[in-house]
Amino acid sequence: MSIIENHKTDGQPFSENPKLKARDVRVFYGEKQAIFDVSLDIGANEVIALIGPSGCGKSTFLRCLNRMNDTIDICRIEGEILLDDENIYAPKMDVVPLRARVGMVFQKPNPFPKSIYDNVAYGPRIHGLVHHRDELDEVVEKSLQRAGLWNEVKDRLHAPGTGLSGGQQQRLCIARTIAVDPEVILMDEPCSALDPIATAKIEELIDELRENYTIAIVTHSMQQAARVSQRTAYFHLGQLIEVNPTDLVFTTPEHTLTEAYITGRFG
Amino acid sequence: MPTSGTSMEIGFNQHISGQFNSDLEAIRSQMMEMGGLVERQVASAIDAITTGDTSPADEIIRREDDVDKMEVQIDRECTQILVRRQPAASDLRMVLAVSRVVRDLERIGDEATKIAVHALEVNGNSSGYCQQSIRYMGVEIGKMISGALDAFARCDVDGALDVVRNDKLVDQQYSAALRELITYMMEDPRSITQAINILWILRAIERIGDHARNISEQVIYVVSGADVRHSSISEMEEKAHKEDDE
Repeated sequence: MSIIENHKTDGQPFSENPKLKARDVRVFYGEKQAIFDVSLDIGANEVIALIGPSGCGKSTFLRCLNRMNDTIDICRIEGEILLDDENIYAPKMDVVPLRARVGMVFQKPNPFPKSIYDNVAYGPRIHGLVHHRDELDEVVEKSLQRAGLWNEVKDRLHAPGTGLSGGQQQRLCIARTIAVDPEVILMDEPCSALDPIATAKIEELIDELRENYTIAIVTHSMQQAARVSQRTAYFHLGQLIEVNPTDLVFTTPEHTLTEAYITGRFG
Repeated sequence: MPTSGTSMEIGFNQHISGQFNSDLEAIRSQMMEMGGLVERQVASAIDAITTGDTSPADEIIRREDDVDKMEVQIDRECTQILVRRQPAASDLRMVLAVSRVVRDLERIGDEATKIAVHALEVNGNSSGYCQQSIRYMGVEIGKMISGALDAFARCDVDGALDVVRNDKLVDQQYSAALRELITYMMEDPRSITQAINILWILRAIERIGDHARNISEQVIYVVSGADVRHSSISEMEEKAHKEDDE
Protein backbone atom coordinates (compact mmCIF):
# COMPACT_ATOMS: atom_id res chain seq x y z
CA MET A 1 0.00 0.00 0.00
CA SER A 2 1.24 3.48 -0.71
CA ILE A 3 0.47 7.08 0.18
CA ILE A 4 -2.94 8.26 -1.00
CA GLU A 5 -2.59 11.21 -3.39
CA ASN A 6 -4.43 14.39 -2.34
CA HIS A 7 -5.97 12.69 0.66
CA LYS A 8 -8.35 14.77 2.72
CA THR A 9 -8.97 13.47 6.21
CA ASP A 10 -12.40 11.83 6.55
CA GLY A 11 -14.77 12.59 9.40
CA GLN A 12 -14.44 15.45 11.86
CA PRO A 13 -10.80 16.49 12.35
CA PHE A 14 -11.82 19.85 13.78
CA SER A 15 -13.55 20.56 17.06
CA GLU A 16 -15.61 23.42 18.44
CA ASN A 17 -13.47 24.09 21.45
CA PRO A 18 -9.89 23.29 20.44
CA LYS A 19 -7.05 23.34 22.94
CA LEU A 20 -4.42 22.34 20.41
CA LYS A 21 -4.65 22.94 16.67
CA ALA A 22 -2.35 21.26 14.16
CA ARG A 23 -2.41 22.68 10.66
CA ASP A 24 -0.74 21.09 7.63
CA VAL A 25 1.92 19.49 9.77
CA ARG A 26 4.68 17.78 7.82
CA VAL A 27 7.57 16.02 9.51
CA PHE A 28 10.79 14.88 7.87
CA TYR A 29 13.56 12.69 9.24
CA GLY A 30 16.38 13.81 6.96
CA GLU A 31 15.12 13.16 3.43
CA LYS A 32 12.34 10.87 4.49
CA GLN A 33 8.90 12.36 5.09
CA ALA A 34 7.17 10.80 8.09
CA ILE A 35 4.02 12.95 8.36
CA PHE A 36 2.01 14.34 5.44
CA ASP A 37 -0.12 17.47 5.89
CA VAL A 38 -1.89 16.54 9.08
CA SER A 39 -4.55 18.97 10.30
CA LEU A 40 -6.26 18.06 13.53
CA ASP A 41 -7.85 19.76 16.54
CA ILE A 42 -7.61 18.37 20.02
CA GLY A 43 -10.57 19.66 22.00
CA ALA A 44 -10.31 20.98 25.55
CA ASN A 45 -11.05 18.34 28.19
CA GLU A 46 -11.24 15.57 25.65
CA VAL A 47 -9.31 12.36 25.33
CA ILE A 48 -8.27 11.72 21.76
CA ALA A 49 -6.78 8.36 20.81
CA LEU A 50 -4.24 8.16 18.01
CA ILE A 51 -4.20 4.69 16.47
CA GLY A 52 -2.60 3.03 13.48
CA PRO A 53 -0.11 0.37 12.48
CA SER A 54 3.55 0.59 13.54
CA GLY A 55 5.41 3.28 11.64
CA CYS A 56 2.23 5.19 10.74
CA GLY A 57 3.49 8.39 12.38
CA LYS A 58 1.19 8.56 15.37
CA SER A 59 4.01 8.77 17.93
CA THR A 60 5.93 11.20 15.74
CA PHE A 61 2.84 13.40 15.56
CA LEU A 62 2.33 13.17 19.33
CA ARG A 63 5.93 14.21 19.94
CA CYS A 64 5.43 17.28 17.75
CA LEU A 65 2.81 18.54 20.16
CA ASN A 66 5.36 19.51 22.84
CA ARG A 67 8.37 19.80 20.56
CA MET A 68 9.89 16.58 21.79
CA ASN A 69 11.14 16.02 18.22
CA ASP A 70 13.48 19.01 18.68
CA THR A 71 15.81 16.59 20.46
CA ILE A 72 16.29 14.65 17.20
CA ASP A 73 18.83 16.49 15.02
CA ILE A 74 17.66 15.29 11.62
CA CYS A 75 14.00 15.96 12.37
CA ARG A 76 12.39 18.90 10.59
CA ILE A 77 8.84 20.12 11.08
CA GLU A 78 6.70 22.28 8.79
CA GLY A 79 3.20 23.65 9.35
CA GLU A 80 1.73 25.07 12.53
CA ILE A 81 0.83 23.74 15.93
CA LEU A 82 -1.16 26.18 18.06
CA LEU A 83 -1.66 25.85 21.79
CA ASP A 84 -4.49 28.21 22.72
CA ASP A 85 -3.92 29.90 19.35
CA GLU A 86 -0.23 30.46 20.05
CA ASN A 87 2.22 28.83 17.64
CA ILE A 88 4.48 26.56 19.69
CA TYR A 89 7.07 26.59 16.89
CA ALA A 90 7.35 30.40 16.96
CA PRO A 91 10.97 31.52 17.48
CA LYS A 92 10.17 33.25 20.75
CA MET A 93 8.56 30.16 22.26
CA ASP A 94 10.56 28.80 25.22
CA VAL A 95 10.32 25.00 25.18
CA VAL A 96 10.91 24.52 28.91
CA PRO A 97 7.64 26.15 30.05
CA LEU A 98 5.96 24.69 26.94
CA ARG A 99 6.78 21.16 28.11
CA ALA A 100 5.42 22.04 31.54
CA ARG A 101 2.15 23.09 29.90
CA VAL A 102 2.15 20.05 27.62
CA GLY A 103 3.41 17.14 29.68
CA MET A 104 4.28 13.68 28.49
CA VAL A 105 4.00 10.14 29.83
CA PHE A 106 6.08 7.49 28.08
CA GLN A 107 5.65 3.84 27.22
CA LYS A 108 8.04 2.59 29.88
CA PRO A 109 7.69 4.16 33.32
CA ASN A 110 10.85 6.20 33.85
CA PRO A 111 11.00 7.41 37.45
CA PHE A 112 14.12 9.34 38.41
CA PRO A 113 16.47 7.42 40.71
CA LYS A 114 15.18 9.49 43.61
CA SER A 115 12.56 9.11 46.32
CA ILE A 116 8.88 9.03 45.48
CA TYR A 117 8.54 12.49 47.03
CA ASP A 118 11.43 13.95 45.04
CA ASN A 119 10.16 12.48 41.78
CA VAL A 120 6.95 14.45 42.14
CA ALA A 121 8.61 17.52 43.67
CA TYR A 122 11.22 17.73 40.89
CA GLY A 123 9.11 19.67 38.36
CA PRO A 124 7.57 22.23 40.75
CA ARG A 125 11.08 22.89 42.15
CA ILE A 126 12.86 23.51 38.84
CA HIS A 127 9.99 25.54 37.43
CA GLY A 128 9.92 27.61 40.63
CA LEU A 129 6.24 26.93 41.16
CA VAL A 130 6.53 26.65 44.95
CA HIS A 131 8.32 28.72 47.55
CA HIS A 132 7.88 26.90 50.85
CA ARG A 133 8.25 23.36 52.01
CA ASP A 134 4.56 23.29 53.08
CA GLU A 135 3.47 24.28 49.61
CA LEU A 136 5.65 21.59 48.08
CA ASP A 137 4.23 18.97 50.46
CA GLU A 138 0.78 20.00 49.38
CA VAL A 139 1.59 19.77 45.66
CA VAL A 140 3.17 16.34 46.12
CA GLU A 141 0.18 15.04 48.07
CA LYS A 142 -2.36 16.49 45.65
CA SER A 143 -0.54 15.14 42.59
CA LEU A 144 -0.19 11.67 44.08
CA GLN A 145 -3.86 11.72 45.02
CA ARG A 146 -4.92 12.73 41.53
CA ALA A 147 -2.75 9.98 40.11
CA GLY A 148 -4.50 7.51 42.41
CA LEU A 149 -1.26 6.57 44.14
CA TRP A 150 -1.38 8.46 47.43
CA ASN A 151 -2.94 5.74 49.58
CA GLU A 152 -0.38 3.21 48.38
CA VAL A 153 2.72 5.36 49.04
CA LYS A 154 1.82 7.90 51.74
CA ASP A 155 3.75 5.94 54.38
CA ARG A 156 6.91 5.58 52.29
CA LEU A 157 7.28 8.86 50.45
CA HIS A 158 11.02 8.81 50.94
CA ALA A 159 11.51 5.30 49.58
CA PRO A 160 13.01 5.14 46.07
CA GLY A 161 10.52 5.54 43.20
CA THR A 162 12.23 2.71 41.34
CA GLY A 163 11.14 0.29 44.08
CA LEU A 164 7.48 0.58 43.09
CA SER A 165 5.69 -1.93 40.84
CA GLY A 166 5.42 -1.13 37.10
CA GLY A 167 1.86 0.13 37.39
CA GLN A 168 2.71 2.23 40.44
CA GLN A 169 5.77 3.65 38.66
CA GLN A 170 3.61 4.67 35.72
CA ARG A 171 1.16 6.39 38.05
CA LEU A 172 4.15 8.05 39.74
CA CYS A 173 5.20 9.38 36.31
CA ILE A 174 1.66 10.68 35.79
CA ALA A 175 1.81 12.33 39.23
CA ARG A 176 5.15 13.88 38.24
CA THR A 177 3.60 15.17 35.02
CA ILE A 178 0.58 16.72 36.71
CA ALA A 179 2.63 18.21 39.57
CA VAL A 180 3.62 21.11 37.30
CA ASP A 181 -0.06 21.74 36.56
CA PRO A 182 -0.01 21.11 32.80
CA GLU A 183 -2.88 21.87 30.46
CA VAL A 184 -2.33 18.97 28.09
CA ILE A 185 -1.02 15.48 28.80
CA LEU A 186 0.45 13.41 25.99
CA MET A 187 0.62 9.67 26.57
CA ASP A 188 2.67 7.40 24.34
CA GLU A 189 1.41 3.84 24.88
CA PRO A 190 1.28 4.37 28.64
CA CYS A 191 -0.01 0.88 29.40
CA SER A 192 1.91 -1.34 27.01
CA ALA A 193 4.35 -2.41 29.73
CA LEU A 194 1.65 -2.94 32.36
CA ASP A 195 -0.50 -5.87 33.48
CA PRO A 196 -4.31 -5.73 33.05
CA ILE A 197 -5.02 -4.54 36.61
CA ALA A 198 -2.47 -1.72 36.41
CA THR A 199 -3.84 -0.89 32.94
CA ALA A 200 -7.38 -0.67 34.31
CA LYS A 201 -6.18 1.72 37.01
CA ILE A 202 -4.44 3.97 34.48
CA GLU A 203 -7.53 3.96 32.25
CA GLU A 204 -9.71 4.88 35.20
CA LEU A 205 -7.27 7.67 35.98
CA ILE A 206 -7.33 8.97 32.39
CA ASP A 207 -11.09 9.26 32.66
CA GLU A 208 -10.80 11.29 35.89
CA LEU A 209 -8.00 13.48 34.57
CA ARG A 210 -10.13 14.50 31.62
CA GLU A 211 -12.07 16.88 33.88
CA ASN A 212 -9.01 19.07 34.28
CA TYR A 213 -6.75 18.25 31.36
CA THR A 214 -6.74 17.65 27.65
CA ILE A 215 -5.29 14.25 26.82
CA ALA A 216 -3.87 12.73 23.65
CA ILE A 217 -3.00 9.05 23.88
CA VAL A 218 -1.19 6.82 21.42
CA THR A 219 -2.19 3.22 21.86
CA HIS A 220 -1.82 -0.08 20.06
CA SER A 221 -4.80 -1.49 21.89
CA MET A 222 -8.00 -0.89 19.97
CA GLN A 223 -10.02 -1.83 23.03
CA GLN A 224 -8.15 0.74 25.07
CA ALA A 225 -8.82 3.44 22.48
CA ALA A 226 -12.51 2.45 22.50
CA ARG A 227 -12.63 2.56 26.31
CA VAL A 228 -10.81 5.78 27.15
CA SER A 229 -11.27 8.22 24.28
CA GLN A 230 -14.06 10.40 22.97
CA ARG A 231 -12.48 10.83 19.55
CA THR A 232 -10.23 8.52 17.60
CA ALA A 233 -7.77 9.47 14.88
CA TYR A 234 -6.51 6.81 12.49
CA PHE A 235 -3.04 7.30 10.96
CA HIS A 236 -1.71 5.34 8.02
CA LEU A 237 1.73 5.75 6.42
CA GLY A 238 2.06 9.26 7.83
CA GLN A 239 -1.36 10.41 6.69
CA LEU A 240 -4.32 11.17 8.92
CA ILE A 241 -6.99 9.01 7.31
CA GLU A 242 -10.00 9.52 9.53
CA VAL A 243 -11.04 11.28 12.74
CA ASN A 244 -14.44 10.60 14.23
CA PRO A 245 -16.22 10.12 17.55
CA THR A 246 -14.85 6.89 19.02
CA ASP A 247 -18.21 5.12 19.11
CA LEU A 248 -18.58 5.67 15.35
CA VAL A 249 -15.04 4.62 14.49
CA PHE A 250 -15.42 1.22 16.13
CA THR A 251 -18.91 0.45 14.83
CA THR A 252 -19.20 2.24 11.49
CA PRO A 253 -15.84 3.61 10.35
CA GLU A 254 -15.92 5.89 7.33
CA HIS A 255 -12.75 4.87 5.55
CA THR A 256 -11.94 1.38 4.25
CA LEU A 257 -8.41 1.56 5.68
CA THR A 258 -9.73 2.35 9.16
CA GLU A 259 -12.13 -0.57 8.93
CA ALA A 260 -9.44 -2.91 7.65
CA TYR A 261 -7.10 -1.94 10.49
CA ILE A 262 -9.52 -2.07 13.41
CA THR A 263 -10.98 -5.39 12.28
CA GLY A 264 -7.59 -7.04 12.01
CA ARG A 265 -7.34 -7.28 8.24
CA PHE A 266 -3.86 -5.74 8.27
CA GLY A 267 -1.67 -4.02 10.78
CA MET B 1 -19.82 -0.06 5.32
CA PRO B 2 -17.11 2.57 4.93
CA THR B 3 -18.22 5.33 2.61
CA SER B 4 -14.80 6.20 1.33
CA GLY B 5 -11.49 4.58 0.79
CA THR B 6 -9.35 2.79 -1.67
CA SER B 7 -10.49 0.09 -4.04
CA MET B 8 -9.85 -2.43 -1.27
CA GLU B 9 -13.03 -4.41 -0.62
CA ILE B 10 -13.92 -5.45 2.89
CA GLY B 11 -14.67 -9.17 2.93
CA PHE B 12 -15.34 -11.42 5.88
CA ASN B 13 -12.50 -13.76 4.93
CA GLN B 14 -9.65 -11.26 4.85
CA HIS B 15 -8.49 -11.20 8.46
CA ILE B 16 -4.89 -11.81 9.35
CA SER B 17 -6.18 -14.54 11.62
CA GLY B 18 -7.40 -17.48 9.54
CA GLN B 19 -9.17 -18.85 12.60
CA PHE B 20 -11.19 -15.62 12.88
CA ASN B 21 -12.17 -15.99 9.20
CA SER B 22 -13.38 -19.51 9.75
CA ASP B 23 -15.18 -18.65 13.01
CA LEU B 24 -17.16 -15.92 11.21
CA GLU B 25 -17.83 -18.20 8.26
CA ALA B 26 -19.03 -20.92 10.63
CA ILE B 27 -21.72 -18.81 12.30
CA ARG B 28 -22.92 -17.53 8.94
CA SER B 29 -23.17 -20.95 7.34
CA GLN B 30 -24.83 -22.49 10.40
CA MET B 31 -27.32 -19.63 10.43
CA MET B 32 -28.11 -20.37 6.76
CA GLU B 33 -28.49 -24.06 7.53
CA MET B 34 -30.87 -23.21 10.38
CA GLY B 35 -32.73 -20.86 8.01
CA GLY B 36 -33.12 -23.70 5.50
CA LEU B 37 -34.56 -26.00 8.12
CA VAL B 38 -36.98 -23.33 9.39
CA GLU B 39 -38.04 -22.56 5.82
CA ARG B 40 -38.92 -26.24 5.27
CA GLN B 41 -40.79 -26.38 8.58
CA VAL B 42 -42.95 -23.43 7.53
CA ALA B 43 -43.59 -24.83 4.03
CA SER B 44 -44.65 -28.20 5.47
CA ALA B 45 -46.94 -26.54 8.02
CA ILE B 46 -48.65 -24.47 5.34
CA ASP B 47 -49.02 -27.60 3.20
CA ALA B 48 -50.60 -29.44 6.10
CA ILE B 49 -53.23 -26.79 6.56
CA THR B 50 -53.99 -26.12 2.89
CA THR B 51 -54.02 -29.72 1.62
CA GLY B 52 -55.69 -31.26 4.65
CA ASP B 53 -52.92 -33.88 4.72
CA THR B 54 -51.69 -33.59 8.30
CA SER B 55 -49.09 -36.35 8.08
CA PRO B 56 -46.11 -33.91 8.17
CA ALA B 57 -47.40 -32.24 11.37
CA ASP B 58 -45.81 -34.71 13.77
CA GLU B 59 -42.48 -34.38 11.98
CA ILE B 60 -42.67 -30.56 12.26
CA ILE B 61 -43.35 -30.75 15.98
CA ARG B 62 -40.51 -33.21 16.47
CA ARG B 63 -38.00 -31.10 14.55
CA GLU B 64 -38.72 -27.97 16.58
CA ASP B 65 -36.24 -29.33 19.05
CA ASP B 66 -33.50 -29.30 16.38
CA VAL B 67 -34.27 -25.66 15.60
CA ASP B 68 -33.98 -24.75 19.29
CA LYS B 69 -30.66 -26.56 19.61
CA MET B 70 -29.26 -24.76 16.58
CA GLU B 71 -30.23 -21.41 18.05
CA VAL B 72 -28.41 -22.15 21.30
CA GLN B 73 -25.35 -23.52 19.49
CA ILE B 74 -24.97 -20.57 17.09
CA ASP B 75 -25.55 -18.07 19.86
CA ARG B 76 -22.87 -19.76 21.94
CA GLU B 77 -20.43 -19.45 19.04
CA CYS B 78 -21.29 -15.76 18.66
CA THR B 79 -20.50 -15.27 22.35
CA GLN B 80 -17.15 -17.01 21.88
CA ILE B 81 -16.26 -14.72 18.97
CA LEU B 82 -17.15 -11.64 21.06
CA VAL B 83 -15.00 -12.88 23.93
CA ARG B 84 -12.02 -14.08 21.93
CA ARG B 85 -11.85 -11.59 19.07
CA GLN B 86 -13.53 -8.43 20.34
CA PRO B 87 -14.75 -7.77 16.81
CA ALA B 88 -15.22 -4.20 15.56
CA ALA B 89 -17.07 -2.44 12.76
CA SER B 90 -18.56 -4.78 10.12
CA ASP B 91 -17.37 -7.88 12.00
CA LEU B 92 -19.09 -6.71 15.17
CA ARG B 93 -22.26 -5.92 13.27
CA MET B 94 -22.16 -9.34 11.61
CA VAL B 95 -21.85 -11.20 14.91
CA LEU B 96 -24.62 -9.15 16.55
CA ALA B 97 -26.84 -9.61 13.50
CA VAL B 98 -26.34 -13.39 13.38
CA SER B 99 -27.21 -13.60 17.05
CA ARG B 100 -30.41 -11.61 16.47
CA VAL B 101 -31.35 -13.47 13.28
CA VAL B 102 -31.12 -16.91 14.90
CA ARG B 103 -33.56 -15.71 17.56
CA ASP B 104 -36.03 -14.69 14.86
CA LEU B 105 -35.50 -18.00 13.07
CA GLU B 106 -36.21 -19.86 16.28
CA ARG B 107 -39.45 -17.92 16.71
CA ILE B 108 -40.42 -18.67 13.10
CA GLY B 109 -39.84 -22.32 14.01
CA ASP B 110 -42.18 -21.90 17.01
CA GLU B 111 -44.87 -20.39 14.79
CA ALA B 112 -44.52 -23.24 12.28
CA THR B 113 -45.08 -25.66 15.15
CA LYS B 114 -48.18 -23.73 16.23
CA ILE B 115 -49.55 -23.99 12.70
CA ALA B 116 -48.86 -27.75 12.72
CA VAL B 117 -50.64 -28.18 16.09
CA HIS B 118 -53.70 -26.29 14.88
CA ALA B 119 -53.64 -28.19 11.57
CA LEU B 120 -54.01 -31.38 13.62
CA GLU B 121 -56.89 -29.83 15.57
CA VAL B 122 -58.89 -28.83 12.49
CA ASN B 123 -58.12 -32.14 10.81
CA GLY B 124 -61.23 -33.90 9.48
CA ASN B 125 -63.40 -31.00 10.43
CA SER B 126 -62.09 -28.38 8.10
CA SER B 127 -64.71 -25.95 7.03
CA GLY B 128 -62.38 -24.30 4.58
CA TYR B 129 -62.44 -20.90 6.26
CA CYS B 130 -59.98 -18.41 4.79
CA GLN B 131 -58.26 -21.11 2.71
CA GLN B 132 -57.52 -18.60 0.00
CA SER B 133 -55.91 -16.15 2.43
CA ILE B 134 -53.87 -18.88 4.10
CA ARG B 135 -52.61 -20.11 0.73
CA TYR B 136 -51.75 -16.59 -0.41
CA MET B 137 -50.06 -15.61 2.86
CA GLY B 138 -48.26 -18.95 2.99
CA VAL B 139 -46.69 -18.36 -0.41
CA GLU B 140 -45.74 -14.81 0.53
CA ILE B 141 -44.07 -15.69 3.84
CA GLY B 142 -42.18 -18.51 2.10
CA LYS B 143 -40.80 -15.94 -0.34
CA MET B 144 -40.07 -13.55 2.51
CA ILE B 145 -38.03 -16.06 4.53
CA SER B 146 -35.95 -17.16 1.55
CA GLY B 147 -35.66 -13.55 0.35
CA ALA B 148 -34.40 -12.40 3.75
CA LEU B 149 -31.85 -15.23 3.98
CA ASP B 150 -30.66 -14.62 0.40
CA ALA B 151 -30.33 -10.91 1.12
CA PHE B 152 -28.27 -11.76 4.22
CA ALA B 153 -25.99 -14.11 2.29
CA ARG B 154 -25.42 -11.55 -0.45
CA CYS B 155 -25.41 -8.44 1.78
CA ASP B 156 -28.17 -7.15 -0.52
CA VAL B 157 -29.96 -4.10 0.91
CA ASP B 158 -32.47 -3.84 -1.93
CA GLY B 159 -33.44 -7.48 -1.52
CA ALA B 160 -33.96 -6.83 2.20
CA LEU B 161 -36.17 -3.82 1.45
CA ASP B 162 -38.31 -5.96 -0.87
CA VAL B 163 -38.97 -8.34 2.02
CA VAL B 164 -40.05 -5.44 4.23
CA ARG B 165 -42.46 -4.24 1.52
CA ASN B 166 -43.89 -7.75 1.24
CA ASP B 167 -44.61 -7.78 4.96
CA LYS B 168 -47.02 -4.93 4.41
CA LEU B 169 -48.99 -7.08 1.92
CA VAL B 170 -49.11 -9.98 4.37
CA ASP B 171 -50.38 -7.65 7.11
CA GLN B 172 -53.12 -6.35 4.80
CA GLN B 173 -54.19 -9.88 3.86
CA TYR B 174 -54.24 -10.80 7.55
CA SER B 175 -56.66 -7.94 8.34
CA ALA B 176 -58.90 -8.97 5.44
CA ALA B 177 -58.94 -12.59 6.60
CA LEU B 178 -59.85 -11.51 10.13
CA ARG B 179 -62.85 -9.61 8.81
CA GLU B 180 -63.88 -12.72 6.87
CA LEU B 181 -63.62 -14.89 9.99
CA ILE B 182 -65.67 -12.43 12.05
CA THR B 183 -68.41 -12.63 9.45
CA TYR B 184 -68.53 -16.43 9.74
CA MET B 185 -68.63 -16.28 13.51
CA MET B 186 -71.43 -13.72 13.52
CA GLU B 187 -73.48 -15.75 11.09
CA ASP B 188 -73.09 -19.03 12.89
CA PRO B 189 -71.87 -19.23 16.51
CA ARG B 190 -71.21 -22.98 16.05
CA SER B 191 -68.35 -22.03 13.76
CA ILE B 192 -66.50 -20.21 16.55
CA THR B 193 -64.32 -23.11 17.75
CA GLN B 194 -63.19 -23.84 14.24
CA ALA B 195 -62.76 -20.16 13.40
CA ILE B 196 -60.55 -19.64 16.44
CA ASN B 197 -58.21 -22.39 15.25
CA ILE B 198 -58.01 -20.69 11.87
CA LEU B 199 -57.44 -17.37 13.64
CA TRP B 200 -54.41 -18.80 15.47
CA ILE B 201 -53.05 -20.11 12.19
CA LEU B 202 -53.47 -16.74 10.47
CA ARG B 203 -51.87 -15.03 13.43
CA ALA B 204 -48.88 -17.41 13.31
CA ILE B 205 -48.40 -16.75 9.59
CA GLU B 206 -48.59 -13.02 10.12
CA ARG B 207 -45.97 -13.24 12.90
CA ILE B 208 -43.65 -15.23 10.63
CA GLY B 209 -43.82 -12.30 8.21
CA ASP B 210 -42.78 -9.95 11.03
CA HIS B 211 -39.80 -12.15 11.88
CA ALA B 212 -38.71 -12.27 8.22
CA ARG B 213 -38.90 -8.49 8.25
CA ASN B 214 -36.71 -8.40 11.37
CA ILE B 215 -34.12 -10.54 9.59
CA SER B 216 -34.12 -8.10 6.67
CA GLU B 217 -33.57 -5.20 9.05
CA GLN B 218 -30.42 -6.95 10.25
CA VAL B 219 -29.17 -7.16 6.65
CA ILE B 220 -29.41 -3.37 6.44
CA TYR B 221 -27.62 -3.09 9.80
CA VAL B 222 -24.75 -5.32 8.68
CA VAL B 223 -24.28 -3.56 5.36
CA SER B 224 -24.82 0.09 6.20
CA GLY B 225 -24.52 0.27 9.99
CA ALA B 226 -27.96 1.89 10.20
CA ASP B 227 -30.27 0.54 12.89
CA VAL B 228 -33.65 0.48 11.12
CA ARG B 229 -35.66 -1.39 13.71
CA HIS B 230 -39.04 0.23 14.37
CA SER B 231 -38.72 2.42 11.27
CA SER B 232 -41.25 2.91 8.49
CA ILE B 233 -40.36 1.68 5.02
CA SER B 234 -39.59 5.17 3.77
CA GLU B 235 -37.34 5.86 6.78
CA MET B 236 -35.62 2.54 6.15
CA GLU B 237 -34.97 3.31 2.50
CA GLU B 238 -33.55 6.66 3.47
CA LYS B 239 -31.29 5.29 6.21
CA ALA B 240 -30.16 2.29 4.16
CA HIS B 241 -29.13 4.38 1.19
CA LYS B 242 -27.91 7.45 3.05
CA GLU B 243 -24.43 6.02 3.31
CA ASP B 244 -24.22 5.57 -0.47
CA ASP B 245 -24.93 9.23 -1.08
CA GLU B 246 -22.35 10.66 1.30
